[in-house]
Amino acid sequence: MDIKKNIDSIRNDFPILSTSVNGNKLVYLDNAATSQTPNCVIDSISDYYKNLNSNIHRGVHFLSQKATEIYEETRFKFKKHLNANSTKEIIFTSGTTHSINLVANGFNNSLKAGDEIIVSSLEHHSNIVPWQMLCEKTGATMKVIPMNQEGELNLNAYEDMLSKKTKIVFVNHVSNALGTVNPIKFIIDRAHSFSAKVLIDGAQAIPHFKVDVNDLNADFYVFSAHKFCGPTGVGILYAKQSILEDFPPYQGGGEMIDEVTFEKTTYADLPNKFEPGTPNIAGVIASGIALDYINGIGLDNIKKYEDELLSYATQKLKTINNLKIYGTSQNKTSVISFNIGDIHAYDIGSIIDNLGIAVRTGHHCAQPIMDYYNIPGTIRVSFCFYNNFDEIDKLVNALNRAVKMLS
Amino acid sequence: MKIKDIQEEIIDEFGIFDSWMDKYEYIIELGKNVPKINEDDKVDENIIKGCQSKVWLHAKKSNGLVQFYADSDALITKGIISLLLRVLSNQKPSDIIQANLDFIDKIGLRQHLSVNRANGLNNMIKKIKFYAIGYNNK
Ligand SMILES: Cc1ncc(COP(=O)(O)O)c(C=O)c1O
Repeated sequence: MDIKKNIDSIRNDFPILSTSVNGNKLVYLDNAATSQTPNCVIDSISDYYKNLNSNIHRGVHFLSQKATEIYEETRFKFKKHLNANSTKEIIFTSGTTHSINLVANGFNNSLKAGDEIIVSSLEHHSNIVPWQMLCEKTGATMKVIPMNQEGELNLNAYEDMLSKKTKIVFVNHVSNALGTVNPIKFIIDRAHSFSAKVLIDGAQAIPHFKVDVNDLNADFYVFSAHKFCGPTGVGILYAKQSILEDFPPYQGGGEMIDEVTFEKTTYADLPNKFEPGTPNIAGVIASGIALDYINGIGLDNIKKYEDELLSYATQKLKTINNLKIYGTSQNKTSVISFNIGDIHAYDIGSIIDNLGIAVRTGHHCAQPIMDYYNIPGTIRVSFCFYNNFDEIDKLVNALNRAVKMLS
Repeated sequence: MKIKDIQEEIIDEFGIFDSWMDKYEYIIELGKNVPKINEDDKVDENIIKGCQSKVWLHAKKSNGLVQFYADSDALITKGIISLLLRVLSNQKPSDIIQANLDFIDKIGLRQHLSVNRANGLNNMIKKIKFYAIGYNNK
């Protein structure tokens, strides 16, 4: 689908885009925090409760069977989209954060003092803290891949820190704070030559381009539905089957068991072993609808259009005096992080919010990056395929107005 | 002037603005005019938590009245602080403790603050009252 030609009809799929803020039409540029939800996804949630609501995997009755079927079809959709080998490799969670915690927990028994794990300096806090907790429990130590001024990882330093002691490497595919696309195929390859496992946080990648876990050879790939037009509270964990089979379960409960006696419980097969209790059935099904929706538009078209938005916005923003962009890699997705002179990001955010422009200000859950640049935070604008060029002009006008007021 | 009267004065001042952009403009002007506090007082123990911007606050007592000094790295925050200090600085500790700060709602400020900033404002008020309680007991 040619997005430019169809932008009006695409925008019509998102009812929230007609919100008005203080008499101004909403300009939503906080898509890296969460994306908006199209009618088909909203309808699917209400359809579920109107026509399907029941508990899956346990009932013999019509509704339960039907809901189970659709839930499992959704798993198949993600398997296919990611090019995974089996639906056993797709675990539904509540989000990227939950997925990472589940994986970190899986190393509780195998990691030990003297082992090393490697994180990048571009990570979201949710890809730092669970691993710090793992280090505390096991006595392993964490090393950090440094970054440069452009917001890119220093790959030489990475290669130098890899050794036989390295057990896990965890890096995001795309930085939520700067938009840098990391060379994860290289990172995975190098880690594997030391038999280390690699987790890729794909929260900011899946909405913007096609990802093939087989080609990447990632051991774990995690992301959240709410970043690609799906509902909140649903995450996807892709993991290689052999690893998941060796992992201990994360939480105990119903649905994840084979047999339970008070002496011993044996666990269910994959993927149920990692999906105890009643999951977010409506949300998972709606996430599948969101996936269909973005595939309907086409991720290649999305990438092409968003690249145009990104370069148009970058050019336009550069016309503002003293505006400094953080994250200037050649390889970027739809994120621009910046400050203007020494004006506080929060002041600018507050004023343009009054003009109906939604952006994020602050450290974007990536404090180490802000520490690197020695700033408290940035203003971050992030695009989705439903944004248009007119909205970027509005952003720039609003910023100019804010600067005038604040200087 | 009494706390109540100063609040009335501020409510009147804000009454002439039609839009929130104008109110912001005024708050920013106020922020620009806040005297800088001593660098020595910009220490971590004077930082108020819960703000996206940094806020430093400290207090002194002379002639039975409490004076507050505050600063922030963000201008809007500074403007809001200056309103708060205009109302609460140079007052008796007991009056500060009992002050009912309804001007914040009456000028529509609270509705126009992000949750984060509103929390920051609450923490600021808490800290001011905390100082007053301390001085009251001395
Ligand atoms: C790169 C990255 N990782 C992890 C997360 C956390 O995702 P969630 O809050 O959906 O668990 C986010 C979301 O802000 C993110 O951008």
